[in-house]
Amino acid sequence: MLTAILVMVGIAVVIGLVLGWSAIRFKVEGNPLAEKIDAILPQTQCGQCGFPGCRPYAEAIAKGEADINQCPPGGEEGVKKLAELLGVEPKSLDETHGTPKPKSVAFIDEQICIGCTLCIQACPVDAISGAAKQMHTIIAAECTGCELCLPPCPVDCISMVPLAEDLPHWKWKHPVIELKRVA
Amino acid sequence: MSRELFRFKGGVHPPEHKSESSTHPIHAAPLPRKLVIPLRQHIGQAAKPVVNVGDRVLKGQMIGAADGYISAAVHASSSGVVTAIGLQPVPHISGLPDLCITLETDGRDEWIDHAPLDYRTMAPAELRMQLRDMGLTGLGGAVFPSAVKLDPGTAHHCPTLILNGGECEPWITCDDALMRHHADEILQGVAVMRHLLGSTEILVGIEDNKPEAIAAMQAAAQKVDFAVEVVAVPTIYPGGGAKQMIETLTGKQVPSGKLSTDIGIQVFNVGTAHALARAVHHGEPLISRLVTVTGHVLRRQNFGVLIGTPMHTLITLAGDRDGTTGVLMGGPMMGVPMPNLEVPVVKATNCILVQSNELFPPLPKALPCIRCTRCADVCPAELQPQELFRFAKAGDFGHAQEYHLFDCIECGGCSYVCPSHIPLVDFYRYAKSEIWAREKEKRAADLARERHEFRQFRLEREKKEKAEKLAAKAQAARAQAAQDQTRRAELAAAPAAEGAAPSDADAKKALIAAALARAQAKKAELAPKNTDQLSPDTRREIEEIEARRAKILEQARQPLDTQEKN
Repeated sequence: MLTAILVMVGIAVVIGLVLGWSAIRFKVEGNPLAEKIDAILPQTQCGQCGFPGCRPYAEAIAKGEADINQCPPGGEEGVKKLAELLGVEPKSLDETHGTPKPKSVAFIDEQICIGCTLCIQACPVDAISGAAKQMHTIIAAECTGCELCLPPCPVDCISMVPLAEDLPHWKWKHPVIELKRVA
Repeated sequence: MSRELFRFKGGVHPPEHKSESSTHPIHAAPLPRKLVIPLRQHIGQAAKPVVNVGDRVLKGQMIGAADGYISAAVHASSSGVVTAIGLQPVPHISGLPDLCITLETDGRDEWIDHAPLDYRTMAPAELRMQLRDMGLTGLGGAVFPSAVKLDPGTAHHCPTLILNGGECEPWITCDDALMRHHADEILQGVAVMRHLLGSTEILVGIEDNKPEAIAAMQAAAQKVDFAVEVVAVPTIYPGGGAKQMIETLTGKQVPSGKLSTDIGIQVFNVGTAHALARAVHHGEPLISRLVTVTGHVLRRQNFGVLIGTPMHTLITLAGDRDGTTGVLMGGPMMGVPMPNLEVPVVKATNCILVQSNELFPPLPKALPCIRCTRCADVCPAELQPQELFRFAKAGDFGHAQEYHLFDCIECGGCSYVCPSHIPLVDFYRYAKSEIWAREKEKRAADLARERHEFRQFRLEREKKEKAEKLAAKAQAARAQAAQDQTRRAELAAAPAAEGAAPSDADAKKALIAAALARAQAKKAELAPKNTDQLSPDTRREIEEIEARRAKILEQARQPLDTQEKN
């Protein structure tokens, strides 16, 4: 009887030690769920969700402080993916945070630009090059189309240009096949 | 003599329709008035235009330079004047225009200076650059820049070189015609390939429905100083696919996601070998190719065509007929419909197939997939087309990739046998392009995340640096003040009690006093100096003025005073 109790206690102690050690040794830094959510978000960094960037929004979702339908650039598909990841029912996009728009990039009219650097300070991804009293220009390949540079411009020289479809960006469409009606 | 051949899985036997065009001699298409030469004719980066509107160019002159490693130059196909550089319709299923150079030909067809290359003495890298600048690309269909394929690299070794004369698609006979009439030149090109790749075994695979081509190639093989084995392979579609040809000839399968060079084999189309021979032995860039014009036309035949010739001129040449329902570039299995007939012949154009309802009856309406797996039986890539179809239709691209969607060669065998007439390949193409687009989006998102994080880090760092700078400045000022204080104390010496360390407030006060003193000194220095040495007259004058001024001031003050008193 006593031996049995001792053996059980011994096993409990050993397992407890192993678990305690591994909890310290294999401690996960940061929030892995927020990482996964951040990977789904489109990284536009537009702040339309009400958070200052995609990462803070991801962390808020992970903590349960924000809903999954606040990201217009991610669109319905993004909401669906988030719902899948989090195991919740997908819902439609919250219109109060904006509606999805076709992918665009900002364009600076260089004739009007006065070189005030306000847009450079507003750009979340440093995609505007220029300096004080020098002409600014958008690095189109790095522009996420967040529109954050539009409000600070004092001369309204920035416009959003939707990306036109050209050969390198052309996609095959989902084939539409007319099914024959049977019976 | 006879080599052991292997049978790849699947394949179909569509009606061949080869004899209609292969029995006629090759005709040179006349020089058109206008040539439209797209800058993107190959896989990889589009060429960059190097001429301006209004320039006169000669035949064979480079008008678009290769941009990057995987790219190829484009050339003027004839002499003339550049009339436009801009968007023009190109032979692409989307119907979207692309950047093209338009030439108005002058009819003189005047060649630019060109000379053969001494490929044996040239450094291989230099030779490859030359070939890239001569616009050499594969002419079998994929249009991959040949210079890249001719680089064995350090990791790859290509003991086996396969020349693909399969031409398995129905209707097309341009490779057949080329082998019949230019077998010697094809093997000259092979000699250059052999030189660059260091291959020891050279195989020429030709489907056995082309006995004349086999005979011509065998005769040519007798004349060269290296061993070439011309092998007749069974006629099964898609036996002319590179991977299928490799398997038929060697029994080896190219592993999924790998290249044939990973198993020591490189494959070239016979047309590519011919173009290479023209480039090396005649110094001619790739400006023309053989094109089969067939289907619903009066005279089905092969034409030697300059790149940039509008397709409708070829169809007119072959005799267009009423009842044309459409035009495919390529064969009936893999060809793509052309948006209009203004589009030019490009390096990829092996065939112009004119359709009519008699020859190509429209497909009956599709029925639902009944999962009969006939498509799986014929799939030469050993895939499960019915599953891929299900995933592609549902947008489940992850699963489609797990089922090796990217091993699909889009041969069309599955669509051909499908009893429900489902356009299966369209779904695979859709899924592939959707996956590519998503990968591109993912890369863009990763870049944006990285840049955003770096910006946050930079702002944080700048804030910290600013704070540090300010702190250091304040520290320096304090140290300076303390130093001043001690020095003053030393100068004032004795009276000040020693040991009483100057407090911070004292130091500040001293600093202010010192600043005041400095300012006063400066003011004194700046004061006008013309009052120092004055003549008595001037002095008297000044005194008078001062007295008057005082009097006025006195008077001015008086009424004010009285007012105040009231």
